[in-house]
Amino acid sequence: MSFGQLGYDVAHLLGGGVLLLSFVLLYQRRIGAVINAFAMQGALLALAAAWAAHAQGVAGLYLTAMLTMAAKGVLIPLALHATVRRLDLHRTVETALGIGPSLVAGVGLVALAILVALPATEGARALAREDLALALSVVLLGMLMMITRRNAISQVIGLLSLENGLILAAIGVAGMPLVVELSTAALVLMIAVVAAVFAFQIRERFDTLDTASLEEHRGERR
Amino acid sequence: MLTALALLVGALLALGVAALALARSAAGAKTVHGACVGAGAVLVLGGLAGLSGGATALDLPFGPPWGAMRLALDPLAAWFLLPLGIVAGCASLFALGGIHGPVPARLLLPWPIFLAGMLLTVLAADGFTLLLGFEAMSLASWALVAHDTAEAENRRAARIYLGFAGFGGLTLVLALGLSAGGAGDVAFAALREAPPDGWRAAAVFALVLAGAGSKAGLFPLHVWLPLAHPAAPSHVSAAMSGAMTKVALYVLVRFAFDLMGAAQPLWLGMPLIALGAASAVIGALRAALEEDAKTLLACSTVENVGLIAIGLGLALAFRGADLPALAALATAAALLHALNHAVFKTLLFLAAGEVLHGALSRRLDRLGGLIHRMPWTAWAALAGAGAAAALPPLSGFASEWLLLQALLAAWRVGDLAFQIGVAATAALAALAAALAAAAMVRFWGLVFLGRPRSPRAAGAEESGGAARIALLVPAGLTVLLGLLPGVMLDLAEPALRQLSGVAAPRAGFLAVGAADGGARYWPLAAALLLAAAVGAALWAVRRRAPPGIARGPTWDCGFIAAPAHLPFGDPATQPSAAGFAQPLRRMLGDSLLAAREHVTMPPPGSTAPARLDAGFRDPALAALEGPLPRWRDAVAAQAERLRDLSIRQCLGLSFGAVVLMLALLAWLEAR
Repeated sequence: MSFGQLGYDVAHLLGGGVLLLSFVLLYQRRIGAVINAFAMQGALLALAAAWAAHAQGVAGLYLTAMLTMAAKGVLIPLALHATVRRLDLHRTVETALGIGPSLVAGVGLVALAILVALPATEGARALAREDLALALSVVLLGMLMMITRRNAISQVIGLLSLENGLILAAIGVAGMPLVVELSTAALVLMIAVVAAVFAFQIRERFDTLDTASLEEHRGERR
Repeated sequence: MLTALALLVGALLALGVAALALARSAAGAKTVHGACVGAGAVLVLGGLAGLSGGATALDLPFGPPWGAMRLALDPLAAWFLLPLGIVAGCASLFALGGIHGPVPARLLLPWPIFLAGMLLTVLAADGFTLLLGFEAMSLASWALVAHDTAEAENRRAARIYLGFAGFGGLTLVLALGLSAGGAGDVAFAALREAPPDGWRAAAVFALVLAGAGSKAGLFPLHVWLPLAHPAAPSHVSAAMSGAMTKVALYVLVRFAFDLMGAAQPLWLGMPLIALGAASAVIGALRAALEEDAKTLLACSTVENVGLIAIGLGLALAFRGADLPALAALATAAALLHALNHAVFKTLLFLAAGEVLHGALSRRLDRLGGLIHRMPWTAWAALAGAGAAAALPPLSGFASEWLLLQALLAAWRVGDLAFQIGVAATAALAALAAALAAAAMVRFWGLVFLGRPRSPRAAGAEESGGAARIALLVPAGLTVLLGLLPGVMLDLAEPALRQLSGVAAPRAGFLAVGAADGGARYWPLAAALLLAAAVGAALWAVRRRAPPGIARGPTWDCGFIAAPAHLPFGDPATQPSAAGFAQPLRRMLGDSLLAAREHVTMPPPGSTAPARLDAGFRDPALAALEGPLPRWRDAVAAQAERLRDLSIRQCLGLSFGAVVLMLALLAWLEAR
């Protein structure tokens, strides 16, 4: 499978779409739009998994696709919307690093991911190499989002989109056992639950979701 | 034989565990120490067998996850088993004689483990086993140093010693990792196959020098010795000084001569020579100034380790310059001195222990006149002190004479800088030997001659039995090794051949010599000449003396008679330890040891006495306790600031680390 063939092109398109949505996540200024963009990223990821299942002929990946679609595409975004409504949050995203500089940093990270992933995987299939570079970019952008946003909800979304990158890497590699994906997904779900509970607690105590408000309450501060 | 020695390691470890139960009664403690005496005898036998037989190797059926633990007994290891066995046997025998009741488990338990650790280090044939033994040795000896936590001085000594032990282990881990390289195989056979070269060789050598050197007591990492030895019980001090420093030197030799390959540049020996010369002078000078008997002996150990290091450095340089015969000579001097020093320093420490037991003090200013109350100890200590002072025909002279021959022959290396350095080293070694002689005269004279300086010293009692045998055995060996250095060199021949490629120049059983046509030393002839001279002097004195011997009071330099409440005379009319050391302190102490002297005069009209304060500090210890803790605190304060980072900043740190690693990876791939 190489450039110009349908299987390659579609997989490439879907992976690229996931990466593009990572940039969209970084670009959004309103929290509702961030959640919607995340939902779209989840849906695209599910499509990518389904396409990989079709192309590789692995039935297990369909299960991954369904799970991703249900969790990332529907349930988690709905829950996040509900949280935002319930907590009556500011609908704007509070940034630590401006939108423009974040995007510039994101482009730099994608360049770095390509520089690392392509030479390291020399000899592997073209698709796997591209896929790995894309996945690494998504992971790095998720981390970037976690550290450039002040709001706890945005940070949770950053973490979840980071996990999207991991799944993207996993489906690109033929022969990855399903158990690994499932356990990773379960782990991230647990983290999301914990983070949500935590966000509620923060909100109840401090009337804000800005994590900076936690800092003055740290006991070990000298 | 190797199997027996491997079993001995296991038996000693088991004995350490059993000591927990045996410590409850005196008989149990005696069993433990008695078994250790037996272990010492087995070690000596193992050393002799290893020197006469060929090299053997043994893979243990267990070990770390990546392979079996390997042991090997080659002539080099076998030679170092000799001092280990003699010291372990004598020290255990001394401890056995000092048991009069239950011994606390924290004092009894680490002793067999200490011996087992040293044995394992010497037998190790892979890096893991070596480190295991080295660390067991360090930690067990730390536990023995730290047994008495009542005094702040001892706690400080134990703390500093633990710091040095950890540092030594760490540098050896790094050295092994660096010499194993990417392959990661730390078996000695694999390390020998691929010896490090270039900057890696330099780094490995520097790390080993720091790690093994700090354990052996090489300048400037010698500062723990004078602190730790007085804190430990006497038999432990003896083993630490006699055996542990030798095991550390063995590690140094194993790396420098064996694992780092045969083809080494000339300069590799130079740091060893320079550090050895510095240790020798500083150690001997401090020994001549210290006022605590065991501290003094520890400083003398620093001096002797320095001399051995000079020999090893010379041997390395000669090997690099392709002068194998001279390399064998220098190696012979170093190995022989290692054995001799182990024996006579054990003897001196045990004698100091016996004095501490009998007169209840280590301070020279509270002893004196003990030759009357403790004659066996006094004469045994005289043999040790004579050897430490390098007097013929005792053992110290033979090996130091060989070392001097090697130093004097070093002009054959063509490099001018090396020649100049070695000439300076020869002068420093001679200075160190002279200072050591002064230190030993001061030590023996103040402790055993003159009048008692305290009632305790006047009423000192000598213990007999095992403790006396433990003094007489090393005293006899000191004389014997001094008279028969040629035999010992013949015995060491396989080890010398292993280290330098050729055998040491032989001069027969009764003599040692540099090379054909070079200088020779016949110890028996020297002993006979000396005995004849002493006998003639005695005869002449007796002949000219009037008949009938009357014992009178010691002449006290014209001072008036002491008052009645000072039955042993006024202590002020005898030279004190500080007074004896004053000329040397003024001459050399100012520049080398930051010695100070300050007179406080009372104001005019006051009847208060004037005060003279004098003292010195070891600059290495001052550096260790001054800037180093300050830097550590500054670094810790900076690191503390990490705790105040916000969650985002913490995430940012790990993110930054990931990005940095990826960038590094990309850069490496691009090259």
